[in-house]
Amino acid sequence: MDYLLTEEQRMLQDLARQIAEERIKPIRAKLDEEEIFPTEIIKDLAQADLCGTIIPEEYGGLGMGTMENCLVLEALAMGCVGVATTYAASFLGAYPLLMYGTDAQKNRYLPPLAKGEALAAFALTEPQAGSDAGAIAATAVKDGDTYVLNGTKQWITNAGEAEFYTVIALTDRSKGVRGASALLVEKGDPGISFGKKEQKMGIRASVTREVILEDCRITKNRLLGKEGLGFIITMKTLDLARPGAGSLAVGLAQEALDEAAAFAKERQQFGVPIFSFQAVQHMLANMATKVEAARALVYSVARYIDSKPKDYSKAAAMAKLFPTDMAMEVTVDAVQVMGGHGYMREYPVEKMMRDAKILQIYEGTNQIMRNIIGLALNKEYSKKK
Amino acid sequence: MKIIVCIKQVPETQDVRLDPVTHTLKREGIKSIINPFDLYALEEGLRVKESQGGTVTVLTMGPPQAEDALREALGFGADGAVLLSDRAFAGADTWATALTLAGAIKKLGGADLIFTGKQAIDGDTAQVGPMLAAIMNISFASWARKVSFNAAGKVEVERLLDHGYDAVEVELPALISVVKEINEPRLPSFKAKLRAKKEPIPVWGLADLGLNPEEVGLAGSFTQVVKVFPPPARGTSETWEGSPSDLAARLWQRLREMSKAAV
Repeated sequence: MDYLLTEEQRMLQDLARQIAEERIKPIRAKLDEEEIFPTEIIKDLAQADLCGTIIPEEYGGLGMGTMENCLVLEALAMGCVGVATTYAASFLGAYPLLMYGTDAQKNRYLPPLAKGEALAAFALTEPQAGSDAGAIAATAVKDGDTYVLNGTKQWITNAGEAEFYTVIALTDRSKGVRGASALLVEKGDPGISFGKKEQKMGIRASVTREVILEDCRITKNRLLGKEGLGFIITMKTLDLARPGAGSLAVGLAQEALDEAAAFAKERQQFGVPIFSFQAVQHMLANMATKVEAARALVYSVARYIDSKPKDYSKAAAMAKLFPTDMAMEVTVDAVQVMGGHGYMREYPVEKMMRDAKILQIYEGTNQIMRNIIGLALNKEYSKKK
Repeated sequence: MKIIVCIKQVPETQDVRLDPVTHTLKREGIKSIINPFDLYALEEGLRVKESQGGTVTVLTMGPPQAEDALREALGFGADGAVLLSDRAFAGADTWATALTLAGAIKKLGGADLIFTGKQAIDGDTAQVGPMLAAIMNISFASWARKVSFNAAGKVEVERLLDHGYDAVEVELPALISVVKEINEPRLPSFKAKLRAKKEPIPVWGLADLGLNPEEVGLAGSFTQVVKVFPPPARGTSETWEGSPSDLAARLWQRLREMSKAAV
């Protein structure tokens, strides 16, 4: 399929594919098996200027949009979703700053990010606040020219590795979610610490830890936007990030399809390659069709977002929901096509199947995606009456 | 520090096919790449530039499409590139190639350091680098696995040998050919690739270099390829298929026959 990419987009895609092929694929099994954080690959991405794709040029980035980010994420996910998640989660941490940061805040945090010298992280989830993000309990109490933060953030990707954290905390407990605010906390601030590295089913090259805030005192210029904007910033951040999760799914599923199809060509049973059996061909045909449908959806939504529409929550949720469910199905089928070989850790598809599961869960579960889409539909059809 | 890196565009495939009439490489349908060893030379040039300051210029002689190799080199961060291309250069052997490169380097105003790969993967001669150094009458060190600068401003080179290495000190200007152990070539960067697309690349021919037609190309070559042929296969081989136990029995039988025949 030709998606009529610009020459620049194609160059960017080629570069990301080269990194996946040369730097990620040869070591992805080791990164997974030994749960190694991909420090060297982040350096490679930085060398290639890919740590700055969505960061404006005045801060050292490439000043590109959602579509370009999706192309890079898809290519990297073909290498390893654990690595690609590390990379994507840094942008998740940076989106609030990109959308709501002051010049001074951007000048401090974006250039090191664009150079790949620093990673960012987004700290929203808490033990009692997952899908119910409004239930967060972390607080940021104003004290003169400072805020004092207390609370525990759970399952934070890049925690402990990132240099700065966009933390969502309540500045006014009485107002509920309307009292939430987004604040920039640095790794070196007093009162911030990190929990143990979580042991995960998949994406094991990425790190997930608790972020623990104990009387963490930061100056008030760390506030993003205004007090009370925390929840809106969160929703806008997740809307912007969701096609990225969809891209990870497309790249992952494409890679699983490629592996399964190549195997089916080689593997002989009953005297012929198993590719020649209709039972296998139909599975591969379904997989290929689903991957292409998901890719087309992600690219369409990414381009729509880049056209700067006022509200795109529904489209963004669709671009996360469909591809990530698809990736789960396709990776399960890839294992099935490869049979016993697919189940062995010697082959890469069992890892892909494990990695696929998180895509249906993180950045808003797919059940929450359906809620968002359903809510939007309800509004649309109410208007039409 | 003025650094020049000489590169060569070569066919990607290991499965090189030859034209039976002209004895030259068949290039149709085969992707061209920068000679892999030259990427290490380019990387070393870029590293010296980063540590010592200066510029890196990439130089190649070849047909017009060799410009692609130069643009790729610019994508890694080289500052400039020059293509030497002229019908008169065609058919050059290693000497005529080195002489042409020397003419271009002279036109560029000379160089403090010239890097080359240890050899090209198509011709495998490993002659152009040393000949270029000889023609320019500058220091030469081959098979460099490490290059460093000492306090006296001299360059220390560790040369990879069959069993270990030796360390030599060379005075600038110098030409150093490198082995792949010297570094790990970086990835191209997006910004450099964007610049590389637009960067004008001068193309110099015979007239630009002030050389005589009889010094270059086939006319200036002391050697000529008379015949090119694939090396003869070593003995014959057979492929057997069957179950492991059948194959083992068959192999045992054959080995016994062979040992009897040998006695």
